[in-house]
Amino acid sequence: MPLSAEVLFARAAGRLSRLAGTGGGTTVPGKLLWKLDPGAVDRLAARLPQGSALISATNGKTTTSAMVARILSPSLRLAHNRAGANLVSGVASALLSASGAELGLFEVDEAALPEVARRLRPRALCLGNLFRDQLDRYGELELVAERWRAAVVDLPVDAQLVVNGDDPQVGDLNATRPRIVFGVDDPRHSSEELPHAADSKWCVRCGTPYAYAAVYIGHLGDYRCPACGHTRPPLDLSAREIQLNGLESVSFSLETPEGARRVELAVPGLYNVYNALAAASLARALGFRLDEVVAGLEGFSAAFGRFERIALGDRTLLVLLIKNPAGANEVVRTLVAAGAPKLLLVALNDELADGRDVSWIWDVDFEPLLGGLERLVATGERAAELALRFKYAGLPSESIDVVPELDAALDHGLELTAAGSELVALATYTAMLALRDLVARRGFVRPYWEEAAA
Amino acid sequence: MSRIVVGHLFPDYLNIYADRGNIAVFARRAAWRRHELEVRPLGLGDEIRPGEHDLYYIGGGQDREQALIAPALEAFGEPLRAAIDGGAALLAVCGGYQLLGRFYRDRSGDELPGAGLFPLHTVAGERRMIGDVLLECELDPGLRRTLAGFENHAGRTFLDEGAKPLGRVLAGFGNDGESGYEGCRAGRALGTYLHGPLLPRNPWLADWLLAQAIAHRTGKPPTFEPLPDEFEAAAHDVSAARAYARGGRY
Repeated sequence: MPLSAEVLFARAAGRLSRLAGTGGGTTVPGKLLWKLDPGAVDRLAARLPQGSALISATNGKTTTSAMVARILSPSLRLAHNRAGANLVSGVASALLSASGAELGLFEVDEAALPEVARRLRPRALCLGNLFRDQLDRYGELELVAERWRAAVVDLPVDAQLVVNGDDPQVGDLNATRPRIVFGVDDPRHSSEELPHAADSKWCVRCGTPYAYAAVYIGHLGDYRCPACGHTRPPLDLSAREIQLNGLESVSFSLETPEGARRVELAVPGLYNVYNALAAASLARALGFRLDEVVAGLEGFSAAFGRFERIALGDRTLLVLLIKNPAGANEVVRTLVAAGAPKLLLVALNDELADGRDVSWIWDVDFEPLLGGLERLVATGERAAELALRFKYAGLPSESIDVVPELDAALDHGLELTAAGSELVALATYTAMLALRDLVARRGFVRPYWEEAAA
Repeated sequence: MSRIVVGHLFPDYLNIYADRGNIAVFARRAAWRRHELEVRPLGLGDEIRPGEHDLYYIGGGQDREQALIAPALEAFGEPLRAAIDGGAALLAVCGGYQLLGRFYRDRSGDELPGAGLFPLHTVAGERRMIGDVLLECELDPGLRRTLAGFENHAGRTFLDEGAKPLGRVLAGFGNDGESGYEGCRAGRALGTYLHGPLLPRNPWLADWLLAQAIAHRTGKPPTFEPLPDEFEAAAHDVSAARAYARGGRY
């Protein structure tokens, strides 16, 4: 079949998937094209006049790429997998659904990165961070790091590499090639110590524990090995004078070779400062000016399911995605900084996309929430396990309601929420999708495939 | 009321599958029975003095971290054995279980010596064995109980002739995916691949280990009042159902 016929056929399949009500159809066309002709993805990508840019990280891929899209979209038509379908099939689907696109902007699953990079031959690659995540699916951190090292070596010679210098594993990637390095430079926001489940605590070169001048998130920070001297690389773009404003926003001074600019983000938390730095660095690598970068970042509101406020009649639902210890710790930290909620709904599923192994919830530092928490609604397929996590953290059993069915749990949570107030929900990936789906069926939010097409 | 001292081996290095969940269960269940429990980390450069600790715990780590502490753990072999012969109890999970065997042979055929506490050895395999597991154990004669957990290991563990497993696999892979057995029991020392973490879903095992620890401290086994374990039972049952539905498959 010629490429054009394959494309038509695969697109029709996506519409069929939506009509059949089996889901968003965000990966169906790509999966089909993949089956018909794996090389078609390479050829579709090669047609993009401005090439492709890839973003990978354990945490922040979807938000970072949404920020980049915001910066780029006034000037360029994008092919972008914005709903987070980030395997080869998801990238293929985004390529299929964006005819006339000039540049491909793709977030890529950590494990899928080598293959996607090999097929797309990107002109820029942005690597954010590596945390332990879904060990049952990805394997150990070192395995993912090894794959990334190989992917970076195989990049086209003229490709731009953007890395987070605050992550020792990532900051050390291909240190001999010209790179753009970003990081945080504001020790006032340093944590007292490394969190319980910090990953890359030992020097990537010699194995000695790092000495940290500042720890920002997990093992991200300003590190130095006392034995061999391996240290955080010099930062090309950095964030200084960070101002955290609870659950509402964060602002910082974006320091670049072109000068410094104050940036006001409409999303909260230190982790979004990292996302904004990654987005700004990638946009700069693609040739965008500081004005365009700042305008795009300030125009950004929230990425799909990452920090969404949904009005439900006279109450609001705040949905926060949790998927691994490092990401969940930052969500907890941001919630606590804004005044820990009295009521919390937490949804834990164990589907493939969530990770079959739910042990990671025991590595999350939920304890700071206990100061203000009066009632927990535990839901999802592994609701009982979640109840145990909070029980053994010290929350009395009487304060925990186990309601495995998401529908009933949402109703229960909303009943406990006073009119005019907000219900905070933390949810794993498939639970977040299901929660959005529930709310959509009640008519409060658009289904995600319509949003992806918008 | 008595005081229990737990020696936690290499908590900074071996903590990959939420091992602190197991420690939290020891601490809370001891406190709910009005016993005092103190956890003392045992790391590089520390010494084990047999008799000091009533219970030892060792978790799992990533390959890199395990290699960093393996020599120090090997040196702990003798004092650990003396402590357990003297009545202390031990729980080893996943990587810690492997490292307490006689040796671990990696993919290139190199052998990493173990502490030799458990009569077994482990050989790295091609495919990882991942999924929920359900075991049947008989730690006290005539009393059969189940353990539900999650396994994720490439190593195949082979018990020596005559060595006792921790339990029989009802669903899941177990030690090597073939023998039908999981873990190892050497008196009051138990080793297993089951994390999840193990103890929150299986509080009877936490109580069994705490009882051994109190007996070591006071010279007589305690009688525990049962605790309300509804969440624990529900979590066990979900995990057990997962093991039957999808455990033991590549």
